[in-house]
Amino acid sequence: MPHNILVVGELDGGTPSSTTLELLNGAQGLAGGGSVSVSLLGTGASAAAAQAAGASKAFVSDDANYDTFRGEQWLPAVQAAVEQSGADLVLMGQTTVGRELGPRLAFRLNTAVAMDCVAVTDNGGTIEATRPAYGGNAQATYTFATTPAVATVRAKSFDPATGGGAAETVELPAAGESRVNVTGKEVTESAGLAITEAPIVVGGGRGLGAPEAFEDLKNLAAAIGTDKAAVGASRAAVDLGWFPPSEQIGLTGKVVTPDLYIAVAISGASQHMAGCSGSKMIVAVNRDKDANIFAFSKYGIVGDWKQVVPALIEEFKKG
Amino acid sequence: MHIVVCAKQIPDPETPPAAFKIDAATNKVVPAQGIAPVLSQFDGIAAEAALRIKEAGGDGKVTVISMGGESAQAAIKQVLAMGADEGVLLNDPAFEDGDSHTTAKVLAAAIKELGDVDAVFCGRQAADWDMGQVGLLIAENLGWPVTIIAKGVALEGNALKVERVLADGFEKTEVNLPAVVTVSNEFGEPRYPKLPQIMAAAKKTVTKKTAADLGLDPSEVGKAGARLQLQKLFIPEKGAQVEFIEGETPQEQAANLVAKLKADKAI
Ligand SMILES: Cc1cc2nc3c(=O)[nH]c(=O)nc-3n(C[C@H](O)[C@H](O)[C@H](O)COP(=O)(O)OP(=O)(O)OC[C@H]3O[C@@H](n4cnc5c(N)ncnc54)[C@H](O)[C@@H]3O)c2cc1C
Repeated sequence: MPHNILVVGELDGGTPSSTTLELLNGAQGLAGGGSVSVSLLGTGASAAAAQAAGASKAFVSDDANYDTFRGEQWLPAVQAAVEQSGADLVLMGQTTVGRELGPRLAFRLNTAVAMDCVAVTDNGGTIEATRPAYGGNAQATYTFATTPAVATVRAKSFDPATGGGAAETVELPAAGESRVNVTGKEVTESAGLAITEAPIVVGGGRGLGAPEAFEDLKNLAAAIGTDKAAVGASRAAVDLGWFPPSEQIGLTGKVVTPDLYIAVAISGASQHMAGCSGSKMIVAVNRDKDANIFAFSKYGIVGDWKQVVPALIEEFKKG
Repeated sequence: MHIVVCAKQIPDPETPPAAFKIDAATNKVVPAQGIAPVLSQFDGIAAEAALRIKEAGGDGKVTVISMGGESAQAAIKQVLAMGADEGVLLNDPAFEDGDSHTTAKVLAAAIKELGDVDAVFCGRQAADWDMGQVGLLIAENLGWPVTIIAKGVALEGNALKVERVLADGFEKTEVNLPAVVTVSNEFGEPRYPKLPQIMAAAKKTVTKKTAADLGLDPSEVGKAGARLQLQKLFIPEKGAQVEFIEGETPQEQAANLVAKLKADKAI
């Protein structure tokens, strides 16, 4: 059955974000002859429409007041785009934008949203959304009793769309008022490759025993290649103050989907796995052979990280 | 200053994965033997944030509201023991098996009924379904502004100063009362009530309310009112069959692992 789909796009330095392109590709797969539209808000939106691969129509406003996300400013614009596009399915990223916009937009459209989906599919014409629940222990598949169906989707759930962008653009109104004022922002500087982008991620847990151990993990990442590997941490390690919260992997941290995830002294709690189980391959170092992390791992080394990590560094340095 | 804290009782999220079971016939989690349900962790943190504001102001009131079965009294009592003043249990078979939309509708109706509420604090998400919607939907129901995933909340005059967590740091925001805030674990640990406080909590009032008390029709709450329909709840495949790397020494193990990763073209 054809679906008209609106992707709520986000701009990253004036171009559609990687998540936006992924959603556009997902939307193309689901449209089945229906239309794919995108909304883009903020500086450079009209120009970015041409890069929104897979969308036939773009709803845009170049108003710079949209650059900093404020839910109350985005809501009327996105709602107008949904209504004008005739969408029966609205997709957005599980991002700062989607987390707030998803539920509020659904409320205003008298419908529902499924949050943090890892799959959105068409089952004989019915949209189904699947998402992790119970800290990642379970997954739940939902249908919608109302239209449009709204879903926020986890990064990397689809491959990015390629090809030409939207041929037609429709102007959305400029931003209105917001009752929430943004008065400042503090950015955590993270040196090197972001854990969400790195092809190899080394994760450290409470079993490391001390904050200094993260230096060893950084050395391991450097031995693998500074252009390839980045270091993250479990929440237990972050809560102990050993590593910055911005580098936490898991349900309440970042979701990473590298080609290779190397978990060091991490037990593999469901809430941690919720942030890394999409990795192509997991390798674990843990002194407990019954640790849950091994149930997700292709390879495991049972041993003390204090001995295994230096040995791995030496081995990787050999190239 | 009257702050409402919304609190949910959930199966302990730290239940060992081996003890986590689903009944496929009902699409429900089977309560793990001997593991008591707990107050959703983020709700305890929201309570902590509310109590700190009450204490900093010297006066004020914190009311804890929970929608749930009779056992949710335990979650309410825990927040009362932390220092909240009153509790409300929203308890009606009609409320069961709803979605975020119906839950928020019931909570918002109860908040409206209290009348004099200045702020609502919720956890960033319930640590069972992990949806992260109810705080936002309460705000929409009440027509109040909302700011989510807070790591810091302070009251200044008639405004809340909220630091909210972003992917790459945090943002400072300001919002006039009345408002809704959802609180994240970055805020810090909730206080741990001691025995005298637990005893005192036993004496605090918990009012019970049904759908009829809140002027809600059974058709608009619970399963009947839900817009999101759960088709299937299942335990996903873990996928991997671990191969433990052999070796007499860590050096040998490291060499063997790296060789395998190379053979797999994983590095
Ligand atoms: C609502 C909620 C949300 C959560 N969100 C997250 C989240 O986003 N991310 C997250 O990570 N967690 C999260 N958690 C916490 C999660 O449940 C676990 O508590 C946490 O992941 C445990 O971290 P860990 O594996 O580092 O520590 P532990 O569970 O303590 O594991 C340490 C491991 O190190 C091993 N070890 C110890 N010493 C050594 C040694 N010398 N050499 C080798 N191995 C050693 C041990 O065998 C053990 O397996 C959340 C929990 C809740 C309730």
